[in-house]
Amino acid sequence: MRSGVTATNDFVVKFANVNGSGSASANQLFAKSILRMGIPIASRNIFPSNIQGLPTWFEVRVSGEGHLGRRGGVDLMVAMNPQTWDRDIAEIDPGGYLLYDSTRPMPASRFRSDINVIGVPLTQICNANYTDARQRQLLKNIMYVGALSALLNIEPPVVEQLLAEQYKGKEKLAKPNRDAFHMGRDWALKNLDCPLGLTLERSDAVGDRIYVEGNAAAALGAVYGGATVCAWYPITPSTSLAEAFERHCKRFRTEAETGRKRYAIVQAEDELASIGIVIGAAWNGARAFTATSGPGISLMQEFVGLAYFAEIPAVIFDVQRAGPSTGMPTRTQQSDVLSAAYASHGDTKQVVLLPEDPRECFDFGASAFDLADRLQTPVFVLLDLDIGMNDWLCEPFAWDDSRQLDRGKVMTAEELEAGRTFGRYLDADGDGIPFRTYPGTHPQKGAFFTRGTSRDRFAKYTEVGSAYADNMERLLRKFDTAKQIVPHPVERPAAQPTRTGVIYYGSSSAAMKEALGQLEADGIHLDAMRIRAFPFHDDVLDFIARHDRVFIVEQNRDAQLRTLIMTEGNVDASRLIPILHYDGTPITARFIRAAVADRASALKVVPFAGAAAE
Amino acid sequence: MSFLPKPKLHHPKLPVNALGFTRRDYEGAISTLCAGCGHDSISAAIIQACFELDIEPHRVAKMSGIGCSSKTPDYFLGASHGFNSVHGRMPSVLTGANLANRDLTYLGVSGDGDSASIGFGQFAHSIRRAVNMTYIVENNGVYGLTKGQFSATSDKGSKAKKGAINNDEPIDLVGIALQLGATFVARSFSGDKTQLVPLIKAALRHPGPAFIDCISPCVAFNNHEGSTKSYDFVREHNEAMNQLDVILGRDPISAEYAPGEVREVTQHDGSVLRLRKLHEDYDPTDRVAAMHHLHERKAAGEIVTGLLYIDPEPEDLHHHLDTVAMPLNRLDDAALVPGSAALDKVNAALR
Repeated sequence: MRSGVTATNDFVVKFANVNGSGSASANQLFAKSILRMGIPIASRNIFPSNIQGLPTWFEVRVSGEGHLGRRGGVDLMVAMNPQTWDRDIAEIDPGGYLLYDSTRPMPASRFRSDINVIGVPLTQICNANYTDARQRQLLKNIMYVGALSALLNIEPPVVEQLLAEQYKGKEKLAKPNRDAFHMGRDWALKNLDCPLGLTLERSDAVGDRIYVEGNAAAALGAVYGGATVCAWYPITPSTSLAEAFERHCKRFRTEAETGRKRYAIVQAEDELASIGIVIGAAWNGARAFTATSGPGISLMQEFVGLAYFAEIPAVIFDVQRAGPSTGMPTRTQQSDVLSAAYASHGDTKQVVLLPEDPRECFDFGASAFDLADRLQTPVFVLLDLDIGMNDWLCEPFAWDDSRQLDRGKVMTAEELEAGRTFGRYLDADGDGIPFRTYPGTHPQKGAFFTRGTSRDRFAKYTEVGSAYADNMERLLRKFDTAKQIVPHPVERPAAQPTRTGVIYYGSSSAAMKEALGQLEADGIHLDAMRIRAFPFHDDVLDFIARHDRVFIVEQNRDAQLRTLIMTEGNVDASRLIPILHYDGTPITARFIRAAVADRASALKVVPFAGAAAE
Repeated sequence: MSFLPKPKLHHPKLPVNALGFTRRDYEGAISTLCAGCGHDSISAAIIQACFELDIEPHRVAKMSGIGCSSKTPDYFLGASHGFNSVHGRMPSVLTGANLANRDLTYLGVSGDGDSASIGFGQFAHSIRRAVNMTYIVENNGVYGLTKGQFSATSDKGSKAKKGAINNDEPIDLVGIALQLGATFVARSFSGDKTQLVPLIKAALRHPGPAFIDCISPCVAFNNHEGSTKSYDFVREHNEAMNQLDVILGRDPISAEYAPGEVREVTQHDGSVLRLRKLHEDYDPTDRVAAMHHLHERKAAGEIVTGLLYIDPEPEDLHHHLDTVAMPLNRLDDAALVPGSAALDKVNAALR
């Protein structure tokens, strides 16, 4: 054994568990107790597509500096799963620590000589104190949190407070948890050298930030955005978004006098029906959405095309995951960019929003409905599993009470009565956006027959080519209008003037910010731009024009955003250098830093003597 | 197929209904279907039913999928919003529309390809979800717009125009609707307006999932010898169960039926359905008996028509979801947006 890693408020702890064993709440307790000590953390679940018995991991990155991306590497492994023992041991950084249940002796060959091994006889302590099998299992988890509190200096009152909040009014449950925590802690204090080289020190770096998962945040955004109809089909990793919407609605959308619901949620028979219900509801003037993932997006393609051509607002939350239906549903990726942006048959372009964290999931979750109504078109909000299903530390949610829902151009019965011209597909204001009417508005005026295309500006049936082309060109004008009102890109200039830039989006943001700092320290200066929506604002093309070359960091194999930029901006491919991470794990600063440094050195062109003459 | 636009003017003495509308006010664009198409008769029956029921045309939403039948909503109720959606997906679009505004009347028009093949799942799920709607399948047993392929309701052994024999079992949508809990199930024939108009009226007044399978011969591709959906075949094999009259509050009660032959069913909205029974032992409020009877008559080679089943006190999707009385599309910001104070509490719980 060599001397252990030492670090304060800057290390990675990973828990290897068996799913269905009740470890999740203990791990959450561990994570939250660090947050309550004012120390920023980033936590991630790595879990199988399974309910019970398969390996699952929970990773907590403690970062006093506030880095929220995945770091890579493990300083302390809490190895509670014999199935994955060997790979878990292998993952520990040299000098790191292993905490394991030492009830059953393990041969020395199963350990590594370059790590520090800490055995706690968890099962033995549990069995000595509890008789109920389920209790033994659950409290063993809390017990290792107790041991960790001694080893890492987690303040016991913080844990007690969290347990009190969790089991508020249920002292019968709180007490055994509290006892198990102290049992683990006391055993460690008595038998182990505490603390380890890894320690926690109270800080004030968390501030008023909140700790929440993106799916719950997006669902809350949908509540604030005025959504009343949700139709969905269960699919990992989006399921918890629809479920969170129901939870939020129960709380905020129950009519006080009657107890009845100001919302309707339908778990449909498939994704086709989900989006059909959304389109029907939105056509009829309700704000409606669905939540799905890649395979669902594929299934919805035909309907999304109809909504594009028939100009029906629909909000689609796509919590992206890796691969096809039988792929890696529980792993993260940004691989639906193209299938969302060009969703459907015919000439279509869709509005796509790209939130970076739960706070933006909330913001975009709400504004997606305004955009959809304003533009009368589908709006995709692209989360991914990393943002959607993990708790992230982010800015608190905020809402301006003077804000009003923007229902867009809806002609009223009064306007129709006053003789205002209504043409469903008439570009009345030159922005490409026509007026619509809700069904049932006026006895004689404003009714129209909704079709995909094959109609004129007044919704009368026609198959005349010029009418079709006229409509398609108006749709392009509308998309141009969209450019101005979708979230604009955010630029972050380098400390020194540079001709090299980097573009990134979505959940890569945290790792990118960290990598930018590291690269700067390495002497590589990059102007950075975070793209937040498609269609691209003019600033995106300006940014590319201002730089000789631009790295585009993405979590997919085919450089999908790069393709979109090249196609839509007519940008020379050689100037856009892809940095691609696509193994299903969240991208890390280490990866970006290494990839950028590698490409940057490869691209260093030695000026050719004759070139100046040209 | 007629290309002559109909004049807007009409005879000043055309009869008007309680709302002051004439039958013409319920018409739509000129049909582009083939002359003699059964679907046009169904459109005419829908117009007649809405006129007689004093429905405000603009308070109806007419929805359809894709196909000849799905084109027809353009040909009736010109003052209503219509939605010609995606092949086989009308039921989901209608479901969503209904969720958004429970105060409109929803009329879904579909075909046998649209509902029994590509849209079989959506048909089934909208029925079992108990959407308050009138769902009419204009059933001709053939794909008309793509020129004569068999559909999933084509009878086994029936012959296509070009001579091919269908070997696949047919789907009987009436049987499926009964099994999946439709609270109003009827079958009719486009050539029998006397039977069809009252059925559509009763379905429109029915506050739950009302399904009508309407056999509608395709004059272009399925009206030949060997077809089981031709005018001649259906007329010869039609086994009408009952004849229906829909009596609204303002109608005088007629007593033209002899007691013992008439069964009255009062719907939830107070309208009375008077069924003149042609089969003495038939009880239209017994779902199991209806299913049994359907199979029995089918085995005897008969096409059962009439009101096969009705639940006079149905529940619908809004009831199951317990949604508020106010249509969701009319809720204002105050009812929808919890505001910043609520958000502060949410934030506090996430620290």
